[in-house]
Amino acid sequence: MTEPAETAIRLSGLGRDYGDRIALDGVDLDLGAGRTLAVLGPNGSGKSTLLRILATLLRPGRGEVSVLGSDLPKENWKLRGRIGYLGHEPLLYEDLTGRENLEFQARLHGLDRDRAGARIEADLELMEMSRRADDRVSEFSAGMRQRIAICRAVLHRPDLLLLDEPDSNLDPEGRELARRLIGPAPGRTRVVVSHEPDRARAEAEQVLELTHGGRVVR
Amino acid sequence: MTSSFTAFKAILGKDLRTELRTMRSLPAMILFAVTTFIIFRFGLDRTVLSGSLAGGVIWMTLLFAAILGINRIFLAEREEGGFDAIRLAPVDRSAMFLAKAAALFTYLVVLELIVVPTFALFFLPQWSGLIPMIPVLAGANLGLAVLGTLISSMAVNSRARDLLVPLLLLPLVVPLMIAATGATAPLLEPAGPTYDDYGTWLLVMALYDGIFCLVGYTVFEFLLED
Repeated sequence: MTEPAETAIRLSGLGRDYGDRIALDGVDLDLGAGRTLAVLGPNGSGKSTLLRILATLLRPGRGEVSVLGSDLPKENWKLRGRIGYLGHEPLLYEDLTGRENLEFQARLHGLDRDRAGARIEADLELMEMSRRADDRVSEFSAGMRQRIAICRAVLHRPDLLLLDEPDSNLDPEGRELARRLIGPAPGRTRVVVSHEPDRARAEAEQVLELTHGGRVVR
Repeated sequence: MTSSFTAFKAILGKDLRTELRTMRSLPAMILFAVTTFIIFRFGLDRTVLSGSLAGGVIWMTLLFAAILGINRIFLAEREEGGFDAIRLAPVDRSAMFLAKAAALFTYLVVLELIVVPTFALFFLPQWSGLIPMIPVLAGANLGLAVLGTLISSMAVNSRARDLLVPLLLLPLVVPLMIAATGATAPLLEPAGPTYDDYGTWLLVMALYDGIFCLVGYTVFEFLLED
Protein backbone atom coordinates (compact mmCIF):
# COMPACT_ATOMS: atom_id res chain seq x y z
CA MET A 1 0.00 0.00 0.00
CA THR A 2 1.51 3.35 -0.98
CA GLU A 3 0.95 6.28 1.36
CA PRO A 4 0.12 9.74 0.07
CA ALA A 5 3.20 11.94 -0.20
CA GLU A 6 2.01 14.20 2.63
CA THR A 7 2.36 11.48 5.23
CA ALA A 8 5.96 10.88 6.22
CA ILE A 9 5.32 8.31 8.96
CA ARG A 10 2.25 6.26 9.76
CA LEU A 11 2.21 3.79 12.64
CA SER A 12 -0.69 1.59 13.58
CA GLY A 13 -0.53 -0.62 16.65
CA LEU A 14 3.27 -0.79 16.51
CA GLY A 15 4.78 -3.17 19.06
CA ARG A 16 8.16 -4.68 19.68
CA ASP A 17 9.38 -7.08 22.37
CA TYR A 18 12.83 -8.10 23.53
CA GLY A 19 12.22 -11.63 24.77
CA ASP A 20 9.60 -11.33 27.52
CA ARG A 21 10.04 -7.59 27.90
CA ILE A 22 7.69 -5.32 26.00
CA ALA A 23 9.62 -2.38 24.55
CA LEU A 24 6.83 -0.82 22.49
CA ASP A 25 3.13 -1.51 22.68
CA GLY A 26 0.32 -0.23 20.48
CA VAL A 27 1.92 2.94 19.15
CA ASP A 28 -0.24 4.86 16.65
CA LEU A 29 1.00 7.92 14.83
CA ASP A 30 0.57 10.04 11.73
CA LEU A 31 3.34 12.50 10.97
CA GLY A 32 3.09 14.81 8.00
CA ALA A 33 6.02 15.53 5.71
CA GLY A 34 8.05 18.58 6.71
CA ARG A 35 6.97 18.36 10.34
CA THR A 36 8.88 17.66 13.53
CA LEU A 37 7.84 14.98 16.01
CA ALA A 38 9.25 15.09 19.52
CA VAL A 39 9.41 11.71 21.25
CA LEU A 40 9.46 12.04 25.02
CA GLY A 41 9.51 9.61 27.88
CA PRO A 42 11.60 8.18 30.70
CA ASN A 43 14.55 5.85 30.24
CA GLY A 44 13.45 2.45 28.99
CA SER A 45 10.18 3.64 27.51
CA GLY A 46 11.08 2.51 24.00
CA LYS A 47 12.10 5.80 22.40
CA SER A 48 15.32 4.51 20.90
CA THR A 49 13.62 1.28 19.86
CA LEU A 50 11.02 3.33 17.99
CA LEU A 51 13.72 5.31 16.24
CA ARG A 52 15.64 2.16 15.25
CA ILE A 53 12.48 0.64 13.82
CA LEU A 54 11.83 3.78 11.78
CA ALA A 55 15.46 3.69 10.61
CA THR A 56 14.96 0.06 9.44
CA LEU A 57 17.63 -1.10 11.89
CA LEU A 58 15.10 -3.14 13.89
CA ARG A 59 12.13 -5.12 12.63
CA PRO A 60 8.76 -4.16 14.05
CA GLY A 61 7.24 -6.97 16.12
CA ARG A 62 3.55 -6.10 15.65
CA GLY A 63 1.43 -3.56 13.85
CA GLU A 64 1.90 -1.61 10.65
CA VAL A 65 4.70 0.82 9.90
CA SER A 66 4.90 3.06 6.87
CA VAL A 67 7.84 5.43 6.42
CA LEU A 68 8.07 7.79 3.43
CA GLY A 69 5.49 5.67 1.66
CA SER A 70 7.29 2.35 2.21
CA ASP A 71 5.81 -0.43 4.32
CA LEU A 72 8.28 -1.87 6.83
CA PRO A 73 9.89 -4.30 7.03
CA LYS A 74 9.16 -5.65 3.57
CA GLU A 75 10.12 -2.45 1.78
CA ASN A 76 13.12 -1.60 3.96
CA TRP A 77 15.35 -1.49 0.92
CA LYS A 78 13.40 1.44 -0.55
CA LEU A 79 14.39 3.60 2.41
CA ARG A 80 18.11 2.98 2.30
CA GLY A 81 19.82 6.28 1.68
CA ARG A 82 16.69 8.33 2.42
CA ILE A 83 17.09 8.40 6.19
CA GLY A 84 19.55 10.35 8.29
CA TYR A 85 20.02 8.54 11.59
CA LEU A 86 21.83 9.90 14.62
CA GLY A 87 21.75 7.38 17.44
CA HIS A 88 23.52 6.97 20.75
CA GLU A 89 26.60 5.67 18.92
CA PRO A 90 28.25 8.06 16.46
CA LEU A 91 28.76 5.28 13.85
CA LEU A 92 32.31 6.48 13.23
CA TYR A 93 35.44 4.37 12.83
CA GLU A 94 37.88 5.24 15.58
CA ASP A 95 41.00 4.68 13.49
CA LEU A 96 39.92 6.83 10.58
CA THR A 97 40.02 10.60 10.66
CA GLY A 98 36.82 12.61 10.80
CA ARG A 99 37.18 13.48 7.12
CA GLU A 100 37.94 9.87 6.12
CA ASN A 101 34.82 8.73 7.94
CA LEU A 102 32.72 11.23 6.03
CA GLU A 103 34.37 10.31 2.72
CA PHE A 104 33.62 6.65 3.43
CA GLN A 105 29.98 7.45 4.12
CA ALA A 106 29.79 9.56 0.98
CA ARG A 107 31.05 6.65 -1.12
CA LEU A 108 28.53 4.28 0.46
CA HIS A 109 25.80 6.73 -0.47
CA GLY A 110 27.07 6.97 -4.03
CA LEU A 111 28.10 10.63 -3.93
CA ASP A 112 30.73 11.45 -6.53
CA ARG A 113 34.08 12.69 -5.29
CA ASP A 114 33.60 16.36 -6.16
CA ARG A 115 30.10 16.68 -4.75
CA ALA A 116 31.08 14.74 -1.64
CA GLY A 117 34.19 16.83 -1.13
CA ALA A 118 32.26 20.10 -1.36
CA ARG A 119 29.55 18.88 1.02
CA ILE A 120 32.04 17.54 3.53
CA GLU A 121 33.96 20.82 3.54
CA ALA A 122 30.76 22.84 3.93
CA ASP A 123 29.37 20.68 6.75
CA LEU A 124 32.67 20.54 8.61
CA GLU A 125 32.91 24.31 8.32
CA LEU A 126 29.36 24.67 9.61
CA MET A 127 30.12 22.48 12.62
CA GLU A 128 33.48 24.25 13.14
CA MET A 129 35.36 20.99 12.77
CA SER A 130 37.50 21.83 9.74
CA ARG A 131 40.68 22.28 11.77
CA ARG A 132 40.40 18.89 13.48
CA ALA A 133 38.89 16.94 10.60
CA ASP A 134 42.18 15.24 9.76
CA ASP A 135 42.68 13.89 13.27
CA ARG A 136 41.63 10.37 14.11
CA VAL A 137 38.23 10.01 15.73
CA SER A 138 39.88 8.16 18.63
CA GLU A 139 41.53 11.47 19.53
CA PHE A 140 38.24 13.37 19.63
CA SER A 141 36.25 14.36 22.69
CA ALA A 142 32.67 13.10 22.93
CA GLY A 143 31.38 16.46 21.75
CA MET A 144 33.64 16.50 18.70
CA ARG A 145 32.53 12.98 17.81
CA GLN A 146 28.94 14.14 18.01
CA ARG A 147 29.69 17.04 15.67
CA ILE A 148 31.21 14.69 13.10
CA ALA A 149 28.35 12.23 13.62
CA ILE A 150 25.88 15.02 12.79
CA CYS A 151 27.81 15.73 9.59
CA ARG A 152 27.62 12.00 8.81
CA ALA A 153 23.89 11.82 9.41
CA VAL A 154 23.07 14.60 6.95
CA LEU A 155 25.84 14.12 4.39
CA HIS A 156 23.53 12.41 1.87
CA ARG A 157 20.80 15.03 2.42
CA PRO A 158 18.16 12.59 3.68
CA ASP A 159 14.39 13.04 3.36
CA LEU A 160 13.84 12.09 7.00
CA LEU A 161 15.97 12.84 10.05
CA LEU A 162 15.82 10.48 13.02
CA LEU A 163 17.65 12.05 15.92
CA ASP A 164 18.20 10.30 19.24
CA GLU A 165 19.16 12.96 21.78
CA PRO A 166 21.10 14.96 19.19
CA ASP A 167 22.32 17.49 21.74
CA SER A 168 24.03 14.91 23.93
CA ASN A 169 27.69 15.72 24.56
CA LEU A 170 27.40 19.06 22.75
CA ASP A 171 28.28 22.31 24.45
CA PRO A 172 25.93 25.31 23.99
CA GLU A 173 27.92 26.50 20.99
CA GLY A 174 27.80 23.04 19.45
CA ARG A 175 24.04 22.87 19.95
CA GLU A 176 23.61 26.17 18.16
CA LEU A 177 25.81 25.04 15.27
CA ALA A 178 23.98 21.72 15.04
CA ARG A 179 20.63 23.47 14.61
CA ARG A 180 21.72 24.64 11.17
CA LEU A 181 22.17 21.06 9.97
CA ILE A 182 19.56 19.17 11.95
CA GLY A 183 17.32 21.79 13.54
CA PRO A 184 13.78 22.60 12.45
CA ALA A 185 13.60 24.03 8.94
CA PRO A 186 10.90 24.36 6.29
CA GLY A 187 10.40 21.04 4.52
CA ARG A 188 12.63 19.10 6.94
CA THR A 189 10.89 16.05 8.45
CA ARG A 190 12.35 15.16 11.83
CA VAL A 191 11.75 12.72 14.64
CA VAL A 192 13.64 13.87 17.71
CA VAL A 193 14.05 11.86 20.89
CA SER A 194 14.69 14.24 23.74
CA HIS A 195 15.00 14.39 27.51
CA GLU A 196 14.31 18.13 27.47
CA PRO A 197 10.50 18.28 27.17
CA ASP A 198 10.18 22.05 27.15
CA ARG A 199 12.67 22.60 24.39
CA ALA A 200 11.42 19.63 22.41
CA ARG A 201 7.80 20.78 22.61
CA ALA A 202 8.80 24.28 21.51
CA GLU A 203 10.46 22.95 18.36
CA ALA A 204 7.95 20.26 17.43
CA GLU A 205 4.58 20.34 15.73
CA GLN A 206 3.69 16.95 17.23
CA VAL A 207 4.62 15.17 20.44
CA LEU A 208 4.61 11.46 21.16
CA GLU A 209 5.01 10.71 24.84
CA LEU A 210 5.89 7.17 25.82
CA THR A 211 5.83 5.60 29.24
CA HIS A 212 7.28 2.42 30.73
CA GLY A 213 6.39 -0.61 28.67
CA GLY A 214 6.45 1.44 25.49
CA ARG A 215 2.84 2.60 25.78
CA VAL A 216 1.72 5.99 24.55
CA VAL A 217 0.64 8.54 27.16
CA ARG A 218 -2.81 9.65 26.01
CA MET B 1 21.42 2.32 -5.19
CA THR B 2 25.17 2.77 -4.95
CA SER B 3 26.88 0.28 -7.24
CA SER B 4 28.10 -2.84 -5.47
CA PHE B 5 31.57 -2.31 -6.89
CA THR B 6 31.77 1.22 -5.43
CA ALA B 7 30.67 -0.08 -2.04
CA PHE B 8 33.07 -3.02 -2.30
CA LYS B 9 35.98 -0.67 -3.02
CA ALA B 10 34.98 1.69 -0.21
CA ILE B 11 34.73 -1.05 2.43
CA LEU B 12 37.87 -2.89 1.30
CA GLY B 13 39.82 0.37 1.12
CA LYS B 14 38.65 1.33 4.60
CA ASP B 15 39.66 -2.05 6.04
CA LEU B 16 43.11 -2.12 4.43
CA ARG B 17 43.79 1.47 5.40
CA THR B 18 42.80 0.75 9.00
CA GLU B 19 44.99 -2.37 9.13
CA LEU B 20 47.97 -0.53 7.66
CA ARG B 21 47.48 2.21 10.23
CA THR B 22 46.88 0.09 13.31
CA MET B 23 48.53 -3.27 12.47
CA ARG B 24 46.05 -5.03 14.73
CA SER B 25 45.76 -8.35 12.89
CA LEU B 26 48.69 -9.08 10.60
CA PRO B 27 51.62 -8.82 13.05
CA ALA B 28 49.83 -11.13 15.47
CA MET B 29 49.11 -13.65 12.70
CA ILE B 30 52.72 -13.60 11.50
CA LEU B 31 54.19 -13.81 14.98
CA PHE B 32 51.89 -16.71 15.85
CA ALA B 33 52.91 -18.64 12.73
CA VAL B 34 56.64 -18.09 13.17
CA THR B 35 56.47 -19.04 16.85
CA THR B 36 54.55 -22.18 15.96
CA PHE B 37 57.29 -23.20 13.51
CA ILE B 38 59.87 -22.77 16.27
CA ILE B 39 57.77 -24.96 18.56
CA PHE B 40 57.42 -27.60 15.83
CA ARG B 41 61.15 -27.49 15.16
CA PHE B 42 62.02 -28.19 18.77
CA GLY B 43 58.93 -30.27 19.56
CA LEU B 44 59.51 -32.66 16.69
CA ASP B 45 63.27 -32.39 17.12
CA ARG B 46 63.69 -32.31 13.36
CA THR B 47 65.35 -29.80 11.09
CA VAL B 48 63.92 -31.30 7.91
CA LEU B 49 60.28 -31.99 7.13
CA SER B 50 58.87 -33.44 3.95
CA GLY B 51 55.77 -34.95 2.41
CA SER B 52 52.58 -35.13 4.41
CA LEU B 53 54.23 -34.06 7.66
CA ALA B 54 55.50 -30.86 6.03
CA GLY B 55 52.08 -30.26 4.47
CA GLY B 56 50.34 -30.85 7.78
CA VAL B 57 52.63 -28.53 9.73
CA ILE B 58 52.35 -25.65 7.27
CA TRP B 59 48.59 -25.89 6.83
CA MET B 60 47.77 -26.30 10.52
CA THR B 61 49.96 -23.30 11.28
CA LEU B 62 48.38 -21.17 8.54
CA LEU B 63 44.87 -22.22 9.59
CA PHE B 64 45.32 -21.25 13.24
CA ALA B 65 47.07 -18.00 12.26
CA ALA B 66 44.14 -17.26 9.96
CA ILE B 67 41.70 -17.71 12.85
CA LEU B 68 43.34 -14.74 14.60
CA GLY B 69 42.48 -12.54 11.61
CA ILE B 70 39.03 -14.06 11.15
CA ASN B 71 38.16 -13.26 14.78
CA ARG B 72 38.86 -9.58 14.18
CA ILE B 73 37.51 -9.00 10.70
CA PHE B 74 34.14 -7.61 11.86
CA LEU B 75 35.23 -6.17 15.19
CA ALA B 76 35.24 -2.54 14.06
CA GLU B 77 31.80 -2.96 12.47
CA ARG B 78 30.47 -4.40 15.71
CA GLU B 79 32.10 -2.00 18.15
CA GLU B 80 32.04 1.19 16.11
CA GLY B 81 28.65 0.89 14.43
CA GLY B 82 29.80 -0.08 10.97
CA PHE B 83 26.96 -2.57 10.58
CA ASP B 84 24.36 0.14 11.15
CA ALA B 85 26.13 2.51 8.76
CA ILE B 86 26.08 -0.13 6.03
CA ARG B 87 22.45 -1.01 6.72
CA LEU B 88 21.42 2.63 6.38
CA ALA B 89 23.23 3.09 3.08
CA PRO B 90 21.76 2.22 -0.32
CA VAL B 91 24.21 -0.61 -0.91
CA ASP B 92 23.84 -4.29 -1.60
CA ARG B 93 24.95 -5.88 1.65
CA SER B 94 26.71 -8.66 -0.15
CA ALA B 95 29.25 -5.98 -1.15
CA MET B 96 30.29 -6.00 2.49
CA PHE B 97 30.66 -9.78 2.46
CA LEU B 98 32.84 -9.65 -0.64
CA ALA B 99 34.91 -6.74 0.68
CA LYS B 100 35.53 -8.46 4.02
CA ALA B 101 36.46 -11.72 2.27
CA ALA B 102 38.82 -9.77 0.00
CA ALA B 103 40.42 -8.09 3.01
CA LEU B 104 40.90 -11.45 4.70
CA PHE B 105 42.31 -12.92 1.49
CA THR B 106 44.80 -10.04 1.34
CA TYR B 107 45.85 -10.62 4.97
CA LEU B 108 46.41 -14.31 4.20
CA VAL B 109 48.53 -13.50 1.14
CA VAL B 110 50.70 -11.12 3.17
CA LEU B 111 50.94 -13.71 5.95
CA GLU B 112 52.06 -16.39 3.49
CA LEU B 113 54.58 -14.11 1.78
CA ILE B 114 56.44 -14.07 5.09
CA VAL B 115 55.50 -17.36 6.66
CA VAL B 116 55.99 -19.80 3.74
CA PRO B 117 59.63 -18.73 3.09
CA THR B 118 60.19 -18.87 6.84
CA PHE B 119 58.86 -22.43 6.87
CA ALA B 120 61.16 -23.28 3.97
CA LEU B 121 64.12 -21.80 5.83
CA PHE B 122 63.29 -23.80 8.94
CA PHE B 123 62.41 -27.15 7.39
CA LEU B 124 62.88 -27.58 3.63
CA PRO B 125 66.15 -28.81 2.14
CA GLN B 126 65.12 -27.62 -1.32
CA TRP B 127 62.55 -25.03 -2.34
CA SER B 128 61.43 -26.19 -5.76
CA GLY B 129 58.01 -27.21 -4.41
CA LEU B 130 57.13 -23.66 -3.40
CA ILE B 131 56.22 -22.33 -6.85
CA PRO B 132 53.60 -25.03 -7.56
CA MET B 133 52.26 -24.38 -4.07
CA ILE B 134 50.99 -20.97 -5.18
CA PRO B 135 47.69 -22.23 -6.68
CA VAL B 136 47.15 -24.38 -3.58
CA LEU B 137 47.71 -21.37 -1.33
CA ALA B 138 45.36 -19.26 -3.47
CA GLY B 139 42.62 -21.91 -3.41
CA ALA B 140 42.89 -22.44 0.34
CA ASN B 141 43.03 -18.69 0.98
CA LEU B 142 39.83 -18.14 -0.95
CA GLY B 143 38.04 -20.87 0.99
CA LEU B 144 39.34 -19.63 4.34
CA ALA B 145 38.48 -16.02 3.48
CA VAL B 146 34.94 -16.78 2.37
CA LEU B 147 34.10 -19.24 5.13
CA GLY B 148 35.93 -17.15 7.74
CA THR B 149 33.94 -14.06 6.76
CA LEU B 150 30.68 -15.99 6.95
CA ILE B 151 31.47 -17.54 10.35
CA SER B 152 32.82 -14.30 11.76
CA SER B 153 29.70 -12.40 10.75
CA MET B 154 27.60 -14.98 12.61
CA ALA B 155 29.78 -14.97 15.72
CA VAL B 156 30.58 -11.29 16.01
CA ASN B 157 27.46 -10.40 17.97
CA SER B 158 28.18 -13.03 20.59
CA ARG B 159 30.26 -12.35 23.65
CA ALA B 160 31.80 -15.79 23.13
CA ARG B 161 32.93 -14.98 19.59
CA ASP B 162 36.55 -15.96 20.31
CA LEU B 163 35.29 -19.44 21.12
CA LEU B 164 32.56 -19.60 18.50
CA VAL B 165 34.75 -18.83 15.50
CA PRO B 166 37.08 -21.84 15.88
CA LEU B 167 34.23 -24.08 17.04
CA LEU B 168 32.17 -23.32 13.94
CA LEU B 169 35.03 -22.90 11.50
CA LEU B 170 37.20 -25.93 12.20
CA PRO B 171 34.66 -28.67 11.38
CA LEU B 172 33.62 -26.87 8.20
CA VAL B 173 37.17 -26.31 7.05
CA VAL B 174 38.20 -29.99 7.29
CA PRO B 175 37.54 -30.75 3.58
CA LEU B 176 39.55 -27.69 2.55
CA MET B 177 42.47 -28.67 4.76
CA ILE B 178 42.40 -32.28 3.49
CA ALA B 179 42.57 -30.95 -0.07
CA ALA B 180 45.27 -28.40 0.74
CA THR B 181 47.53 -30.89 2.55
CA GLY B 182 46.78 -33.53 -0.09
CA ALA B 183 47.95 -31.14 -2.82
CA THR B 184 50.92 -29.85 -0.83
CA ALA B 185 52.41 -33.11 0.46
CA PRO B 186 53.74 -34.42 -2.90
CA LEU B 187 55.18 -30.98 -3.66
CA LEU B 188 57.39 -31.11 -0.60
CA GLU B 189 58.94 -34.54 -1.11
CA PRO B 190 62.72 -34.66 -0.47
CA ALA B 191 63.42 -35.66 -4.08
CA GLY B 192 61.51 -32.70 -5.44
CA PRO B 193 57.88 -32.03 -6.27
CA THR B 194 55.64 -34.67 -7.74
CA TYR B 195 52.16 -33.99 -8.99
CA ASP B 196 50.13 -37.01 -7.81
CA ASP B 197 46.49 -35.97 -7.64
CA TYR B 198 47.56 -32.32 -7.72
CA GLY B 199 44.85 -31.37 -10.21
CA THR B 200 42.20 -33.37 -8.37
CA TRP B 201 42.90 -31.62 -5.08
CA LEU B 202 42.85 -28.22 -6.76
CA LEU B 203 39.49 -29.13 -8.25
CA VAL B 204 38.18 -30.13 -4.82
CA MET B 205 39.31 -26.78 -3.44
CA ALA B 206 37.71 -24.91 -6.33
CA LEU B 207 34.45 -26.76 -5.71
CA TYR B 208 34.61 -26.01 -1.98
CA ASP B 209 35.39 -22.33 -2.66
CA GLY B 210 32.55 -22.09 -5.15
CA ILE B 211 30.02 -23.58 -2.75
CA PHE B 212 30.93 -21.29 0.13
CA CYS B 213 31.15 -18.20 -2.11
CA LEU B 214 27.61 -18.92 -3.21
CA VAL B 215 26.36 -19.69 0.32
CA GLY B 216 28.03 -16.60 1.78
CA TYR B 217 26.81 -14.29 -0.95
CA THR B 218 23.28 -15.62 -0.58
CA VAL B 219 22.87 -15.65 3.20
CA PHE B 220 24.94 -12.66 4.26
CA GLU B 221 22.06 -10.22 3.74
CA PHE B 222 19.98 -12.19 6.27
CA LEU B 223 22.83 -12.36 8.78
CA LEU B 224 22.83 -8.57 9.00
CA GLU B 225 19.16 -8.44 10.01
CA ASP B 226 18.44 -7.67 13.67
